[in-house]
Amino acid sequence: MAQQSQVAVRLPLMARIRPEQGFLVWLGVAPFLIFAVMFLILPTGYLLVGAFQDPDGNFTLANIGDLFQPSILSAYWISIEVSAASAIGGAIIGFFLAYAAVLGGLPRWIRPTLMTFSGVASNFAGIPLAFAFLATLGRVGLVTALLIKFFDFNIYSTGFNLLSFWGLALTYLYFQIPLMVLILTPALDGLKREWREAASILGASAWQYWRHVALPVLWPSILGTTLLLFANAFGAIATAYGLTGSSLNIVTILLYAQIRGDVLHNENLGYALALGMILITGLSNAAYIWLSSRARRGLG
Amino acid sequence: MAFLEIQSVRKSYGAQHVVQNFDLAIKRGEFVSFLGPSGCGKTTTLRMVAGFETPSAGQIRIDDKDVTNLRPNQRKVGMVFQSYALFPNMTVADNVGFGLKVARKPAAEIRPRVEEMLRLIKLPALGARYPSQLSGGQQQRVALARALAVKPQVLLLDEPLSALDAKIRVSLREEIRSVQRELGITTVYVTHDQEEALSMSDRIVVMNEGRVEQIGTPFEIYNFPRTRFVASFVGTLNIMGGRVVDPAAGRIEVDGQPITASRGVVDAKAGDLRAVALRPEAARLTNGEEAPSDDTNRMRGLIEEVSFLGSVVRVRVRFKDSAISLDTFNTPHVPPPERGQPVTVSFGRADLLVLEGAPAA
Amino acid sequence: MKQSRIGAWIAIAVGALYFLVPLIGTFEFSLRMRRGVYSFDAYRVVLSDPRFQATFGYSTLLAFATILVGVILVVPTAYWIQLRLPRLRPIVEFITLLPLVIPAIVLVFGYLRIYGSSSFLPMTSNERATDVLLMFSYVTLALPYMYRAVDTGLRAIDVRTLTEAAESLGASWATILFKVIFPNVRVAVLSGAFLTFAIVIGEFTMASLLDRPAFGPYLQLIGANRAYEPSALAIIAFIVTWACMGLLQVFGRGTRALAAPAPGRIK
Repeated sequence: MAQQSQVAVRLPLMARIRPEQGFLVWLGVAPFLIFAVMFLILPTGYLLVGAFQDPDGNFTLANIGDLFQPSILSAYWISIEVSAASAIGGAIIGFFLAYAAVLGGLPRWIRPTLMTFSGVASNFAGIPLAFAFLATLGRVGLVTALLIKFFDFNIYSTGFNLLSFWGLALTYLYFQIPLMVLILTPALDGLKREWREAASILGASAWQYWRHVALPVLWPSILGTTLLLFANAFGAIATAYGLTGSSLNIVTILLYAQIRGDVLHNENLGYALALGMILITGLSNAAYIWLSSRARRGLG
Repeated sequence: MAFLEIQSVRKSYGAQHVVQNFDLAIKRGEFVSFLGPSGCGKTTTLRMVAGFETPSAGQIRIDDKDVTNLRPNQRKVGMVFQSYALFPNMTVADNVGFGLKVARKPAAEIRPRVEEMLRLIKLPALGARYPSQLSGGQQQRVALARALAVKPQVLLLDEPLSALDAKIRVSLREEIRSVQRELGITTVYVTHDQEEALSMSDRIVVMNEGRVEQIGTPFEIYNFPRTRFVASFVGTLNIMGGRVVDPAAGRIEVDGQPITASRGVVDAKAGDLRAVALRPEAARLTNGEEAPSDDTNRMRGLIEEVSFLGSVVRVRVRFKDSAISLDTFNTPHVPPPERGQPVTVSFGRADLLVLEGAPAA
Repeated sequence: MKQSRIGAWIAIAVGALYFLVPLIGTFEFSLRMRRGVYSFDAYRVVLSDPRFQATFGYSTLLAFATILVGVILVVPTAYWIQLRLPRLRPIVEFITLLPLVIPAIVLVFGYLRIYGSSSFLPMTSNERATDVLLMFSYVTLALPYMYRAVDTGLRAIDVRTLTEAAESLGASWATILFKVIFPNVRVAVLSGAFLTFAIVIGEFTMASLLDRPAFGPYLQLIGANRAYEPSALAIIAFIVTWACMGLLQVFGRGTRALAAPAPGRIK
């Protein structure tokens, strides 16, 4: 396959550019590569290298070791918990929504409507989203007030607080669910009607079809998308910052504070903090890419 | 004694009648094809037998049991799909054993049955492969094995060869037929390919626009098409414009030349225009010198086109408004006819089909 | 069958509630500024705030610049990869995915260190240069979406044949790129552009850390100091997002209709 396309490429290339001018071909991607080096590779590389240096530029593992102090560990831990909770919750609810729209036998208009709404909601993140949830579930928010008025039930008396772990996870769900819907819908479309029919005519019940065919086929997509949602939440800051200011100790907010005012009193420890984040989002993204390519192969 | 009965079955989606009044009784072990162009209702009928669609009216009975409203998983029928529909997450062996597995058969029973099925389709070594590692022809054989593994009462095949290459198509249809004979399983085969239907079936149901046009053996369908649709859809057919001279005696005029149909012309009077049809293999070229006989027709024309097709040479002869194609064998020692050459075409009076309705303009 | 449909309706209803209740809550809250009655006072206050106008204008301008630079960067690259350097495709695709892997806050941290005032290329030393840096930050953020949209658009048309046809008619490279390729991926570029706009307009982290007067930091400032105006701003931001996605749908529909085969019909 790769060989074929290379042969096909060489023909027009030779027709137009003589071999000794071959480097001209590379000029075509030069601007992009320069851009990538300047704004992706170098800045990240600088931090990654800095994470292993002391202030004088000598190699050290001390910064990595310092990450394991309780305040930083707890920031990572809360970030991981919030991201995991919103990713798993988003994946489950998003799966049922996508399932309902694609396979639920609902009227035709449901699906495009859901997709449009999901497109909007998945991009409606950051500060405005925080405002929306404050106005809804904050201490004087609409839902809070209505619950008190009609059911004499104050959610804040149960220990709930929007400016906390669960509040943040609940808010993240607002863009996590639609993101799951957007990514999973094509995967559900990939379930061929004939598979269900073949299973059913071979005597399988609907449950057996899901258990033995549909879920195993969808599994890489579901798991992969959940990991993507996790990385998505893990790197987010604006929503959390808009919601809680700097009162919630998640790792992005800690890094934000470090950039603004060196709260860790150690530049290089900040780099290590960034390294840890890249590691976590990188791993979950890599797993997502690996799983989704597996899902594509399986369906092909 | 009919094994699979389809009685007065109809299917409509709103005002759209997809299948109208379908009646058919299939004997145990019989191989019946539904043949017709896409949209003729053949697949819908098959899907009603499978249980994926519910008839708007009528009844479907298998082995004298009414299955019209049974769910597909309770009907004990097997089905092979055009797109193979193998489960991509399972090996070949797991695919074949799926029906037994969901029926909660013990593994000790499943394994030998799967092996037996893989031997039947001549792929005994491929049990551990995944469907994506197989060719299309192999996948379809696995799909056949999967459908047969549960010992269904009826086997349904929905255009199983349409997605395959021409060569594989021919070899696989022979294989399907031989497996079907070996197991003696009652089979319904949906296809739009007349060659498949003719070569495989015990009987063919020709369908058009939701209606059954004709039911008969391949011999009957090909040689004695009852309607113009059947005549033109099954095989190649020369159609000429004829004017009826004497309906009772079957005398007709084509481009001013008199010919005779031995069966006469029904429902027509002298002067009516009727389409007359002739199979290419029924006509041959003669030098015009042999003695005329009572059971042949002769027409004179000019050779318009000669196409060399390998074992046969297809010759097109033009009379005036009408023209016919006929096949002659390719004999290396005899030079093929040339364009513009005047020839005589002769064909049996019994081979001339007078169709219902006037020729198309 | 019927039972599963009820389940599907329940799922859709729950989803709709989750989507709509915060919007209704926000809208209701934004009307509460005047004591006792609903009014649009919060909107009036916000819209007449000169800082709102200034920051919104600034972010809009920045979004347009981002889209322009993004298109100029991405379209020729994707075209070139497709036509001449397919073996680079995996590398380029990997690079375009990096902004999804590296959190924005980490990227901007790196920018501040590399292009800080004491570095070899001090882009934060004056405001114009910082604007340029912020614009490039946004190009980076939008890169995954822009590249994917354009690449899909280019795959849908037969780039090689189009190019060869244009070449055989004697067109120059510039003519091919601007008269043949760009018009054919216009729809794809537009969808990328709307998505970029939606991302850039309310972006907070990068603008805040680069200390530029963009809409995102303004939102944060208002949120920290006012009661009702944030809700009005959230509604406005929502409408902007909605407009971008709506336009994306409108323009995207044409391509999808072309690309997707007609759904299977009953035989």
